[in-house]
Amino acid sequence: MAEAHNLQDLQHQAALASKVYVQRDYNSGTICRFQTKFPSELESRVDRQQFEETMQTLNNLYAEAEKIGGKSYLEGCLACMTAYTIFLCMETHYEKVLKKIARFIKEQNEKIYAPLGLLLTDPIERGLRVVEITIFEDRSISSGR
Amino acid sequence: MSAVMMTRKVRKWEKLPGKNTFCCDGRVMMARQKGVFYLTLFLIVGTCSLFFAFECPYLAIHLSPAIPVFAILLFFFVMAMLLRTSFSDPGVLPRALPEEATFIEMEIEATNGNVPAGQRPPPRIRNVQINGQIVKLKYCYTCKIFRPPRASHCSICDNCVDRFDHHCPWVGNCVGKRNYRYFYLFTLSLSLLTIYIFTFNIVHVVMRSVNSGFVKTLQDTPGTVLEVLVCFFTLWSVVGLTGFHTYLISLNQTTNEDIKGSWSGKNRVQNPYSHKNIINNCCEVLCGPAYPSVLDRRGLMRDDLSVPTSAAEPATNSNPVPQTTKTTAPLIPNEHTPDDAKPSMADAAIAHAEKRSPSPREDKLPTLPKSSPTPTKVPPLASPETDAEASIIAKDKAL
Repeated sequence: MAEAHNLQDLQHQAALASKVYVQRDYNSGTICRFQTKFPSELESRVDRQQFEETMQTLNNLYAEAEKIGGKSYLEGCLACMTAYTIFLCMETHYEKVLKKIARFIKEQNEKIYAPLGLLLTDPIERGLRVVEITIFEDRSISSGR
Repeated sequence: MSAVMMTRKVRKWEKLPGKNTFCCDGRVMMARQKGVFYLTLFLIVGTCSLFFAFECPYLAIHLSPAIPVFAILLFFFVMAMLLRTSFSDPGVLPRALPEEATFIEMEIEATNGNVPAGQRPPPRIRNVQINGQIVKLKYCYTCKIFRPPRASHCSICDNCVDRFDHHCPWVGNCVGKRNYRYFYLFTLSLSLLTIYIFTFNIVHVVMRSVNSGFVKTLQDTPGTVLEVLVCFFTLWSVVGLTGFHTYLISLNQTTNEDIKGSWSGKNRVQNPYSHKNIINNCCEVLCGPAYPSVLDRRGLMRDDLSVPTSAAEPATNSNPVPQTTKTTAPLIPNEHTPDDAKPSMADAAIAHAEKRSPSPREDKLPTLPKSSPTPTKVPPLASPETDAEASIIAKDKAL
Protein backbone atom coordinates (compact mmCIF):
# COMPACT_ATOMS: atom_id res chain seq x y z
CA MET A 1 0.00 0.00 0.00
CA ALA A 2 2.63 2.48 1.05
CA GLU A 3 4.89 1.53 -1.79
CA ALA A 4 2.14 2.05 -4.34
CA HIS A 5 1.59 5.46 -2.79
CA ASN A 6 5.21 6.36 -3.29
CA LEU A 7 5.19 4.88 -6.74
CA GLN A 8 2.44 7.27 -7.71
CA ASP A 9 4.52 10.15 -6.47
CA LEU A 10 7.28 8.78 -8.63
CA GLN A 11 5.00 8.53 -11.61
CA HIS A 12 3.67 12.02 -11.27
CA GLN A 13 6.67 13.91 -10.13
CA ALA A 14 9.60 12.10 -11.59
CA ALA A 15 8.22 11.35 -15.05
CA LEU A 16 5.83 13.18 -17.26
CA ALA A 17 3.26 10.77 -18.57
CA SER A 18 0.90 11.31 -21.43
CA LYS A 19 -1.68 8.89 -22.67
CA VAL A 20 -2.74 7.74 -26.08
CA TYR A 21 -5.97 5.86 -26.66
CA VAL A 22 -6.49 3.32 -29.38
CA GLN A 23 -10.20 3.12 -30.13
CA ARG A 24 -12.41 0.23 -31.05
CA ASP A 25 -12.84 -0.83 -34.63
CA TYR A 26 -16.53 -1.37 -35.38
CA ASN A 27 -16.23 -2.20 -39.05
CA SER A 28 -17.02 -5.85 -38.46
CA GLY A 29 -19.87 -5.21 -36.08
CA THR A 30 -20.05 -5.20 -32.33
CA ILE A 31 -17.34 -7.81 -31.78
CA CYS A 32 -14.40 -6.67 -29.71
CA ARG A 33 -11.72 -5.43 -32.06
CA PHE A 34 -9.26 -2.57 -31.77
CA GLN A 35 -7.92 -0.36 -34.51
CA THR A 36 -4.52 -1.43 -35.71
CA LYS A 37 -3.73 2.01 -37.09
CA PHE A 38 -0.44 3.26 -35.67
CA PRO A 39 -0.94 6.36 -33.48
CA SER A 40 1.28 9.26 -34.50
CA GLU A 41 2.35 9.97 -30.91
CA LEU A 42 4.22 6.67 -30.82
CA GLU A 43 6.09 7.45 -34.04
CA SER A 44 9.40 8.05 -32.31
CA ARG A 45 8.94 5.46 -29.62
CA VAL A 46 8.18 2.07 -31.00
CA ASP A 47 8.50 0.17 -34.22
CA ARG A 48 5.30 0.36 -36.27
CA GLN A 49 5.47 -3.28 -37.24
CA GLN A 50 5.86 -4.37 -33.64
CA PHE A 51 2.91 -2.34 -32.46
CA GLU A 52 0.64 -3.55 -35.23
CA GLU A 53 1.64 -7.11 -34.44
CA THR A 54 0.71 -6.63 -30.79
CA MET A 55 -2.68 -5.18 -31.71
CA GLN A 56 -3.35 -7.92 -34.23
CA THR A 57 -2.57 -10.64 -31.68
CA LEU A 58 -4.82 -8.88 -29.19
CA ASN A 59 -7.63 -8.77 -31.74
CA ASN A 60 -7.16 -12.44 -32.50
CA LEU A 61 -7.42 -13.29 -28.82
CA TYR A 62 -10.66 -11.35 -28.46
CA ALA A 63 -12.02 -13.03 -31.59
CA GLU A 64 -11.23 -16.37 -29.99
CA ALA A 65 -13.11 -15.34 -26.85
CA GLU A 66 -16.20 -14.28 -28.77
CA LYS A 67 -16.22 -17.05 -31.33
CA ILE A 68 -19.67 -18.50 -31.91
CA GLY A 69 -19.29 -22.14 -32.76
CA GLY A 70 -19.69 -25.65 -31.47
CA LYS A 71 -17.90 -25.01 -28.22
CA SER A 72 -19.91 -21.94 -27.26
CA TYR A 73 -23.18 -23.70 -28.13
CA LEU A 74 -22.22 -26.63 -25.95
CA GLU A 75 -21.32 -24.35 -23.09
CA GLY A 76 -24.56 -22.42 -23.52
CA CYS A 77 -26.77 -25.51 -23.64
CA LEU A 78 -25.08 -27.16 -20.70
CA ALA A 79 -25.39 -23.97 -18.68
CA CYS A 80 -29.05 -23.56 -19.64
CA MET A 81 -29.86 -27.09 -18.51
CA THR A 82 -28.41 -26.36 -15.09
CA ALA A 83 -30.27 -23.02 -14.97
CA TYR A 84 -26.89 -21.30 -15.29
CA THR A 85 -25.91 -22.37 -11.80
CA ILE A 86 -22.89 -24.05 -13.33
CA PHE A 87 -21.35 -20.62 -13.83
CA LEU A 88 -21.14 -20.28 -10.07
CA CYS A 89 -18.40 -22.88 -10.01
CA MET A 90 -17.08 -22.97 -13.54
CA GLU A 91 -15.25 -20.28 -15.44
CA THR A 92 -16.69 -19.29 -18.78
CA HIS A 93 -14.66 -19.61 -21.97
CA TYR A 94 -14.56 -15.82 -22.28
CA GLU A 95 -13.10 -15.44 -18.81
CA LYS A 96 -10.40 -17.99 -19.57
CA VAL A 97 -9.39 -16.07 -22.67
CA LEU A 98 -9.42 -12.80 -20.73
CA LYS A 99 -6.85 -14.28 -18.38
CA LYS A 100 -4.80 -15.28 -21.37
CA ILE A 101 -5.04 -11.71 -22.65
CA ALA A 102 -3.94 -10.31 -19.30
CA ARG A 103 -0.87 -12.57 -19.40
CA PHE A 104 -0.15 -11.56 -22.98
CA ILE A 105 -0.28 -7.85 -22.15
CA LYS A 106 1.92 -8.32 -19.13
CA GLU A 107 4.43 -10.21 -21.23
CA GLN A 108 4.40 -7.58 -23.97
CA ASN A 109 4.91 -4.84 -21.41
CA GLU A 110 7.82 -6.65 -19.82
CA LYS A 111 9.58 -7.59 -23.01
CA ILE A 112 8.89 -4.78 -25.41
CA TYR A 113 7.11 -1.72 -24.12
CA ALA A 114 8.55 -1.05 -20.68
CA PRO A 115 12.11 -0.80 -22.07
CA LEU A 116 10.78 1.85 -24.45
CA GLY A 117 9.08 3.81 -21.66
CA LEU A 118 5.58 2.75 -22.60
CA LEU A 119 2.86 0.93 -20.71
CA LEU A 120 -0.12 -0.85 -22.20
CA THR A 121 -3.21 -1.04 -20.03
CA ASP A 122 -5.45 -4.07 -20.34
CA PRO A 123 -8.61 -2.92 -22.17
CA ILE A 124 -10.84 -4.73 -19.66
CA GLU A 125 -9.92 -2.04 -17.16
CA ARG A 126 -11.36 0.57 -19.50
CA GLY A 127 -14.56 -1.33 -20.20
CA LEU A 128 -13.18 -2.87 -23.40
CA ARG A 129 -13.51 0.55 -25.00
CA VAL A 130 -9.92 1.60 -25.56
CA VAL A 131 -6.36 0.40 -25.28
CA GLU A 132 -4.65 2.99 -23.12
CA ILE A 133 -0.95 3.51 -23.79
CA THR A 134 0.91 5.56 -21.23
CA ILE A 135 4.02 7.32 -22.51
CA PHE A 136 6.57 8.07 -19.84
CA GLU A 137 8.83 10.92 -20.72
CA ASP A 138 12.03 11.93 -19.13
CA ARG A 139 11.82 15.18 -17.23
CA SER A 140 15.47 15.43 -16.30
CA ILE A 141 17.83 17.75 -18.14
CA SER A 142 19.75 15.01 -19.86
CA SER A 143 17.87 13.56 -22.80
CA GLY A 144 16.04 10.38 -22.02
CA ARG A 145 17.03 6.98 -23.38
CA MET B 1 -6.72 23.63 10.86
CA SER B 2 -4.69 20.48 10.83
CA ALA B 3 -5.83 17.55 8.75
CA VAL B 4 -5.05 13.91 9.11
CA MET B 5 -5.07 11.93 5.92
CA MET B 6 -6.65 8.55 6.26
CA THR B 7 -6.42 5.98 3.60
CA ARG B 8 -8.77 3.09 3.66
CA LYS B 9 -9.41 0.36 1.20
CA VAL B 10 -12.86 0.23 -0.29
CA ARG B 11 -14.47 -1.96 -2.88
CA LYS B 12 -14.90 -0.25 -6.22
CA TRP B 13 -18.67 -0.60 -6.23
CA GLU B 14 -18.87 1.90 -3.39
CA LYS B 15 -17.43 4.57 -5.64
CA LEU B 16 -19.23 3.77 -8.86
CA PRO B 17 -21.26 6.60 -10.33
CA GLY B 18 -24.76 5.85 -11.50
CA LYS B 19 -27.94 5.09 -9.66
CA ASN B 20 -27.58 1.41 -8.93
CA THR B 21 -27.88 -0.33 -5.63
CA PHE B 22 -25.42 -3.03 -4.71
CA CYS B 23 -25.82 -5.91 -2.30
CA CYS B 24 -23.66 -8.73 -0.98
CA ASP B 25 -20.55 -6.57 -1.11
CA GLY B 26 -20.89 -5.79 -4.81
CA ARG B 27 -21.95 -9.21 -6.06
CA VAL B 28 -25.54 -8.12 -6.68
CA MET B 29 -26.38 -5.12 -8.84
CA MET B 30 -29.87 -3.70 -9.26
CA ALA B 31 -31.72 -0.50 -10.04
CA ARG B 32 -32.82 1.78 -7.24
CA GLN B 33 -36.57 1.22 -7.46
CA LYS B 34 -37.21 -2.37 -6.48
CA GLY B 35 -40.88 -2.21 -5.49
CA VAL B 36 -42.22 -3.78 -8.65
CA PHE B 37 -39.57 -6.50 -8.47
CA TYR B 38 -40.82 -7.48 -5.03
CA LEU B 39 -44.32 -7.61 -6.48
CA THR B 40 -43.12 -9.96 -9.22
CA LEU B 41 -41.49 -12.19 -6.63
CA PHE B 42 -44.59 -12.17 -4.47
CA LEU B 43 -46.89 -13.05 -7.36
CA ILE B 44 -44.76 -15.92 -8.58
CA VAL B 45 -43.98 -17.39 -5.18
CA GLY B 46 -47.50 -16.81 -3.90
CA THR B 47 -49.27 -18.38 -6.85
CA CYS B 48 -46.94 -21.38 -6.90
CA SER B 49 -47.35 -21.91 -3.17
CA LEU B 50 -51.11 -21.97 -3.56
CA PHE B 51 -50.75 -24.43 -6.41
CA PHE B 52 -48.54 -26.74 -4.37
CA ALA B 53 -50.82 -26.45 -1.36
CA PHE B 54 -54.21 -26.94 -2.98
CA GLU B 55 -53.94 -28.61 -6.35
CA CYS B 56 -50.86 -30.75 -6.17
CA PRO B 57 -51.91 -33.22 -3.47
CA TYR B 58 -55.12 -34.02 -5.35
CA LEU B 59 -53.50 -34.21 -8.78
CA ALA B 60 -50.57 -36.27 -7.55
CA ILE B 61 -52.93 -38.92 -6.29
CA HIS B 62 -55.60 -38.87 -8.93
CA LEU B 63 -53.54 -38.18 -12.03
CA SER B 64 -49.80 -38.52 -11.72
CA PRO B 65 -47.05 -37.61 -9.24
CA ALA B 66 -45.04 -36.26 -12.16
CA ILE B 67 -47.25 -33.18 -12.22
CA PRO B 68 -45.99 -31.56 -9.02
CA VAL B 69 -42.44 -32.67 -9.77
CA PHE B 70 -42.42 -30.93 -13.12
CA ALA B 71 -44.05 -27.89 -11.54
CA ILE B 72 -41.30 -27.69 -8.95
CA LEU B 73 -38.58 -27.92 -11.60
CA LEU B 74 -40.24 -25.26 -13.69
CA PHE B 75 -40.69 -23.05 -10.65
CA PHE B 76 -36.99 -23.29 -9.76
CA PHE B 77 -36.00 -22.53 -13.32
CA VAL B 78 -38.22 -19.45 -13.38
CA MET B 79 -36.80 -18.20 -10.09
CA ALA B 80 -33.23 -18.85 -11.20
CA MET B 81 -33.76 -16.90 -14.40
CA LEU B 82 -35.50 -14.06 -12.62
CA LEU B 83 -32.77 -13.69 -10.03
CA ARG B 84 -30.08 -13.99 -12.66
CA THR B 85 -31.68 -11.21 -14.70
CA SER B 86 -32.26 -8.97 -11.72
CA PHE B 87 -28.97 -9.38 -9.96
CA SER B 88 -26.47 -9.35 -12.78
CA ASP B 89 -24.73 -6.50 -14.47
CA PRO B 90 -26.65 -5.86 -17.71
CA GLY B 91 -23.52 -4.73 -19.53
CA VAL B 92 -22.85 -1.35 -17.99
CA LEU B 93 -20.05 0.58 -19.66
CA PRO B 94 -17.75 2.30 -17.18
CA ARG B 95 -17.47 6.04 -17.58
CA ALA B 96 -14.41 7.59 -19.11
CA LEU B 97 -11.66 8.55 -16.72
CA PRO B 98 -10.65 12.23 -16.86
CA GLU B 99 -7.67 11.67 -19.16
CA GLU B 100 -9.69 9.66 -21.63
CA ALA B 101 -12.45 12.27 -21.59
CA THR B 102 -9.92 15.02 -22.29
CA PHE B 103 -8.40 12.99 -25.11
CA ILE B 104 -11.81 12.56 -26.72
CA GLU B 105 -12.59 16.26 -26.30
CA MET B 106 -9.36 17.13 -28.06
CA GLU B 107 -10.21 14.78 -30.90
CA ILE B 108 -13.65 16.35 -31.23
CA GLU B 109 -12.14 19.83 -31.29
CA ALA B 110 -9.71 18.77 -33.97
CA THR B 111 -12.50 17.31 -36.11
CA ASN B 112 -14.84 20.25 -35.72
CA GLY B 113 -12.24 22.90 -36.36
CA ASN B 114 -12.99 26.49 -35.46
CA VAL B 115 -16.60 27.32 -34.75
CA PRO B 116 -17.40 31.00 -35.19
CA ALA B 117 -18.61 32.67 -32.02
CA GLY B 118 -22.37 32.63 -31.59
CA GLN B 119 -22.82 29.49 -33.65
CA ARG B 120 -23.67 26.14 -32.15
CA PRO B 121 -20.94 23.56 -32.49
CA PRO B 122 -22.04 20.58 -34.55
CA PRO B 123 -23.53 17.62 -32.63
CA ARG B 124 -20.98 15.13 -31.47
CA ILE B 125 -21.39 12.19 -33.77
CA ARG B 126 -18.94 9.66 -35.11
CA ASN B 127 -19.77 7.71 -38.23
CA VAL B 128 -18.65 4.12 -38.52
CA GLN B 129 -19.29 1.63 -41.23
CA ILE B 130 -20.61 -1.70 -40.10
CA ASN B 131 -21.17 -4.43 -42.65
CA GLY B 132 -21.49 -1.83 -45.37
CA GLN B 133 -23.97 0.40 -43.54
CA ILE B 134 -23.20 3.77 -41.97
CA VAL B 135 -24.06 3.82 -38.29
CA LYS B 136 -23.87 6.97 -36.20
CA LEU B 137 -22.27 6.76 -32.78
CA LYS B 138 -23.56 9.37 -30.39
CA TYR B 139 -21.57 11.04 -27.66
CA CYS B 140 -22.82 10.55 -24.11
CA TYR B 141 -22.39 13.73 -22.08
CA THR B 142 -22.84 11.89 -18.80
CA CYS B 143 -20.37 9.10 -19.38
CA LYS B 144 -18.10 11.17 -21.64
CA ILE B 145 -17.71 8.46 -24.23
CA PHE B 146 -18.87 7.81 -27.74
CA ARG B 147 -21.39 5.06 -27.22
CA PRO B 148 -20.54 1.80 -28.96
CA PRO B 149 -23.11 0.67 -31.51
CA ARG B 150 -26.32 -0.60 -29.90
CA ALA B 151 -25.42 0.91 -26.55
CA SER B 152 -27.78 3.38 -24.97
CA HIS B 153 -27.88 5.44 -21.82
CA CYS B 154 -30.48 4.38 -19.29
CA SER B 155 -31.76 7.46 -17.52
CA ILE B 156 -33.20 5.45 -14.64
CA CYS B 157 -29.93 3.78 -13.78
CA ASP B 158 -27.80 6.62 -15.17
CA ASN B 159 -25.46 4.26 -16.99
CA CYS B 160 -24.61 3.51 -20.58
CA VAL B 161 -25.54 -0.11 -21.20
CA ASP B 162 -24.18 -2.21 -24.02
CA ARG B 163 -26.80 -3.63 -26.40
CA PHE B 164 -29.43 -1.85 -24.34
CA ASP B 165 -32.82 -3.48 -24.68
CA HIS B 166 -35.00 -1.73 -22.11
CA HIS B 167 -35.25 -1.01 -18.42
CA CYS B 168 -37.63 -3.51 -16.89
CA PRO B 169 -39.22 -2.50 -13.59
CA TRP B 170 -40.61 -6.03 -13.14
CA VAL B 171 -37.11 -7.39 -12.76
CA GLY B 172 -35.77 -4.22 -11.20
CA ASN B 173 -32.85 -3.87 -13.60
CA CYS B 174 -31.89 -2.90 -17.12
CA VAL B 175 -31.92 -5.61 -19.76
CA GLY B 176 -28.78 -5.46 -21.86
CA LYS B 177 -26.16 -7.58 -23.51
CA ARG B 178 -25.25 -9.66 -20.50
CA ASN B 179 -28.64 -10.54 -19.15
CA TYR B 180 -30.87 -10.50 -22.22
CA ARG B 181 -30.89 -14.27 -22.64
CA TYR B 182 -31.77 -14.77 -18.98
CA PHE B 183 -34.60 -12.27 -19.37
CA TYR B 184 -35.89 -14.08 -22.44
CA LEU B 185 -35.69 -17.46 -20.73
CA PHE B 186 -37.47 -15.95 -17.72
CA THR B 187 -40.39 -14.75 -19.83
CA LEU B 188 -40.48 -18.02 -21.74
CA SER B 189 -40.41 -20.24 -18.66
CA LEU B 190 -42.88 -18.00 -16.86
CA SER B 191 -45.27 -18.34 -19.80
CA LEU B 192 -44.91 -22.11 -19.58
CA LEU B 193 -45.41 -22.07 -15.83
CA THR B 194 -48.48 -19.86 -16.11
CA ILE B 195 -50.02 -22.05 -18.81
CA TYR B 196 -49.17 -25.15 -16.78
CA ILE B 197 -50.75 -23.87 -13.57
CA PHE B 198 -53.77 -22.51 -15.42
CA THR B 199 -54.35 -25.79 -17.25
CA PHE B 200 -54.03 -27.96 -14.17
CA ASN B 201 -56.26 -25.64 -12.18
CA ILE B 202 -58.99 -26.17 -14.75
CA VAL B 203 -58.35 -29.90 -14.82
CA HIS B 204 -58.45 -30.05 -11.04
CA VAL B 205 -61.68 -28.09 -10.78
CA VAL B 206 -63.34 -30.22 -13.45
CA MET B 207 -62.22 -33.47 -11.86
CA ARG B 208 -63.32 -32.42 -8.41
CA SER B 209 -66.63 -30.96 -9.61
CA VAL B 210 -67.53 -34.28 -11.21
CA ASN B 211 -67.32 -35.85 -7.77
CA SER B 212 -68.41 -33.16 -5.36
CA GLY B 213 -70.02 -30.38 -7.34
CA PHE B 214 -68.65 -27.05 -8.47
CA VAL B 215 -69.50 -24.91 -5.47
CA LYS B 216 -68.14 -27.41 -2.96
CA THR B 217 -64.94 -27.66 -4.99
CA LEU B 218 -64.39 -23.95 -4.75
CA GLN B 219 -65.06 -24.10 -1.04
CA ASP B 220 -62.55 -26.92 -0.55
CA THR B 221 -59.80 -25.22 -2.52
CA PRO B 222 -60.26 -21.45 -2.28
CA GLY B 223 -56.78 -20.85 -3.64
CA THR B 224 -57.90 -22.02 -7.06
CA VAL B 225 -59.90 -18.88 -7.75
CA LEU B 226 -56.97 -16.66 -6.90
CA GLU B 227 -54.58 -18.68 -9.02
CA VAL B 228 -56.87 -18.67 -12.00
CA LEU B 229 -57.24 -14.91 -11.77
CA VAL B 230 -53.50 -14.27 -11.53
CA CYS B 231 -52.72 -16.73 -14.28
CA PHE B 232 -55.34 -15.32 -16.58
CA PHE B 233 -53.96 -11.80 -16.44
CA THR B 234 -50.36 -12.95 -16.46
CA LEU B 235 -50.96 -15.10 -19.53
CA TRP B 236 -51.94 -12.24 -21.75
CA SER B 237 -49.05 -10.01 -20.76
CA VAL B 238 -46.20 -12.52 -20.39
CA VAL B 239 -47.06 -14.69 -23.38
CA GLY B 240 -47.39 -11.57 -25.48
CA LEU B 241 -44.04 -10.33 -24.25
CA THR B 242 -42.39 -13.66 -24.99
CA GLY B 243 -43.81 -13.61 -28.50
CA PHE B 244 -42.54 -10.06 -29.02
CA HIS B 245 -39.05 -10.91 -27.85
CA THR B 246 -38.99 -14.05 -29.98
CA TYR B 247 -39.74 -11.82 -32.94
CA LEU B 248 -36.96 -9.41 -31.94
CA ILE B 249 -34.45 -12.20 -31.48
CA SER B 250 -35.21 -13.69 -34.86
CA LEU B 251 -34.42 -10.31 -36.41
CA ASN B 252 -31.50 -9.57 -34.05
CA GLN B 253 -33.03 -6.30 -32.90
CA THR B 254 -33.36 -4.73 -29.49
CA THR B 255 -36.54 -3.26 -28.01
CA ASN B 256 -34.83 0.10 -28.03
CA GLU B 257 -34.13 -0.10 -31.76
CA ASP B 258 -37.63 -1.34 -32.46
CA ILE B 259 -39.25 1.53 -30.56
CA LYS B 260 -37.05 4.11 -32.23
CA GLY B 261 -37.61 2.52 -35.63
CA SER B 262 -33.88 2.43 -36.28
CA TRP B 263 -34.03 -0.26 -38.93
CA SER B 264 -37.52 0.13 -40.30
CA GLY B 265 -38.69 2.26 -43.15
CA LYS B 266 -37.38 2.60 -46.66
CA ASN B 267 -35.02 5.50 -46.17
CA ARG B 268 -33.48 4.07 -43.08
CA VAL B 269 -30.42 1.89 -42.83
CA GLN B 270 -31.07 -1.85 -42.82
CA ASN B 271 -30.11 -3.71 -39.67
CA PRO B 272 -26.37 -4.33 -40.06
CA TYR B 273 -26.24 -6.80 -37.18
CA SER B 274 -28.72 -9.30 -38.54
CA HIS B 275 -27.33 -12.45 -40.12
CA LYS B 276 -30.38 -12.49 -42.45
CA ASN B 277 -31.08 -15.97 -41.17
CA ILE B 278 -33.45 -16.62 -38.26
CA ILE B 279 -31.51 -19.57 -36.91
CA ASN B 280 -28.21 -17.71 -36.94
CA ASN B 281 -29.78 -14.75 -35.22
CA CYS B 282 -31.32 -16.90 -32.51
CA CYS B 283 -28.09 -18.78 -31.99
CA GLU B 284 -26.10 -15.60 -31.65
CA VAL B 285 -28.41 -14.09 -29.08
CA LEU B 286 -29.23 -17.18 -27.05
CA CYS B 287 -26.20 -19.39 -27.48
CA GLY B 288 -23.48 -16.80 -27.85
CA PRO B 289 -20.60 -16.53 -25.39
CA ALA B 290 -21.31 -15.46 -21.83
CA TYR B 291 -19.88 -11.96 -21.75
CA PRO B 292 -18.01 -10.97 -18.61
CA SER B 293 -18.76 -7.83 -16.70
CA VAL B 294 -16.41 -4.97 -17.57
CA LEU B 295 -17.42 -3.13 -14.46
CA ASP B 296 -15.06 -4.11 -11.70
CA ARG B 297 -17.30 -4.06 -8.68
CA ARG B 298 -15.35 -6.04 -6.18
CA GLY B 299 -11.86 -4.76 -6.87
CA LEU B 300 -10.17 -2.84 -4.10
CA MET B 301 -9.12 0.75 -4.32
CA ARG B 302 -7.76 3.41 -2.06
CA ASP B 303 -10.02 6.04 -0.71
CA ASP B 304 -8.26 9.10 0.63
CA LEU B 305 -10.18 10.98 3.25
CA SER B 306 -9.03 14.21 4.74
CA VAL B 307 -10.19 14.27 8.32
CA PRO B 308 -9.77 17.66 9.97
CA THR B 309 -8.83 17.03 13.55
CA SER B 310 -10.43 20.17 14.97
CA ALA B 311 -13.90 20.19 13.39
CA ALA B 312 -16.68 17.76 14.20
CA GLU B 313 -15.52 14.54 12.69
CA PRO B 314 -18.69 12.76 11.55
CA ALA B 315 -19.84 15.76 9.52
CA THR B 316 -16.56 16.26 7.72
CA ASN B 317 -15.92 12.57 7.35
CA SER B 318 -19.02 12.25 5.25
CA ASN B 319 -18.16 15.29 3.21
CA PRO B 320 -15.66 13.97 0.69
CA VAL B 321 -17.37 10.65 0.23
CA PRO B 322 -20.68 11.75 -1.37
CA GLN B 323 -18.79 14.04 -3.69
CA THR B 324 -16.61 11.28 -4.96
CA THR B 325 -19.65 9.18 -5.64
CA LYS B 326 -21.57 11.90 -7.42
CA THR B 327 -19.05 13.03 -9.97
CA THR B 328 -17.21 11.07 -12.60
CA ALA B 329 -14.89 8.21 -11.82
CA PRO B 330 -12.99 8.31 -8.51
CA LEU B 331 -11.01 11.44 -8.11
CA ILE B 332 -7.76 10.12 -6.72
CA PRO B 333 -4.81 10.25 -9.13
CA ASN B 334 -4.35 6.56 -9.73
CA GLU B 335 -7.40 4.63 -8.84
CA HIS B 336 -6.11 1.34 -10.12
CA THR B 337 -5.87 -1.51 -7.69
CA PRO B 338 -2.21 -1.42 -6.83
CA ASP B 339 -1.67 -5.10 -7.50
CA ASP B 340 1.75 -6.61 -7.89
CA ALA B 341 2.04 -6.52 -11.65
CA LYS B 342 1.27 -2.92 -12.36
CA PRO B 343 3.58 -0.98 -10.11
CA SER B 344 6.45 -3.11 -11.28
CA MET B 345 5.52 -2.52 -14.91
CA ALA B 346 5.20 1.20 -14.44
CA ASP B 347 8.34 1.14 -12.38
CA ALA B 348 10.25 -0.56 -15.14
CA ALA B 349 8.85 1.84 -17.70
CA ILE B 350 9.82 4.88 -15.70
CA ALA B 351 13.23 3.49 -14.88
CA HIS B 352 13.96 2.96 -18.53
CA ALA B 353 12.51 6.29 -19.45
CA GLU B 354 14.65 8.43 -17.23
CA LYS B 355 17.76 6.60 -16.03
CA ARG B 356 16.45 6.89 -12.56
CA SER B 357 17.78 9.80 -10.48
CA PRO B 358 19.25 8.75 -7.13
CA SER B 359 16.73 10.43 -4.86
CA PRO B 360 13.10 9.96 -5.70
CA ARG B 361 11.10 12.59 -3.91
CA GLU B 362 9.36 10.43 -1.40
CA ASP B 363 8.99 13.00 1.32
CA LYS B 364 6.35 14.97 -0.51
CA LEU B 365 2.95 13.48 0.19
CA PRO B 366 0.27 13.96 -2.43
CA THR B 367 -1.82 16.74 -1.00
CA LEU B 368 -5.14 15.41 -2.21
CA PRO B 369 -5.12 17.36 -5.42
CA LYS B 370 -8.33 15.86 -6.62
CA SER B 371 -10.35 14.95 -3.59
CA SER B 372 -10.80 18.57 -2.62
CA PRO B 373 -14.37 19.64 -1.91
CA THR B 374 -14.96 21.00 -5.41
CA PRO B 375 -15.67 18.00 -7.63
CA THR B 376 -13.36 18.02 -10.62
CA LYS B 377 -15.55 17.45 -13.61
CA VAL B 378 -13.90 17.64 -16.96
CA PRO B 379 -15.59 20.71 -18.39
CA PRO B 380 -17.05 19.92 -21.81
CA LEU B 381 -15.88 22.28 -24.45
CA ALA B 382 -19.36 22.46 -25.92
CA SER B 383 -22.04 23.02 -23.34
CA PRO B 384 -24.55 20.19 -23.13
CA GLU B 385 -27.44 22.42 -24.03
CA THR B 386 -26.20 23.00 -27.52
CA ASP B 387 -27.69 20.01 -29.18
CA ALA B 388 -31.08 18.42 -28.95
CA GLU B 389 -29.92 15.03 -27.90
CA ALA B 390 -27.94 16.38 -25.03
CA SER B 391 -30.86 18.42 -23.80
CA ILE B 392 -32.98 15.29 -23.72
CA ILE B 393 -30.31 13.67 -21.62
CA ALA B 394 -30.30 16.68 -19.32
CA LYS B 395 -34.05 16.39 -19.01
CA ASP B 396 -33.78 12.69 -18.29
CA LYS B 397 -31.22 13.37 -15.63
CA ALA B 398 -33.50 15.88 -14.03
CA LEU B 399 -36.31 13.34 -13.82
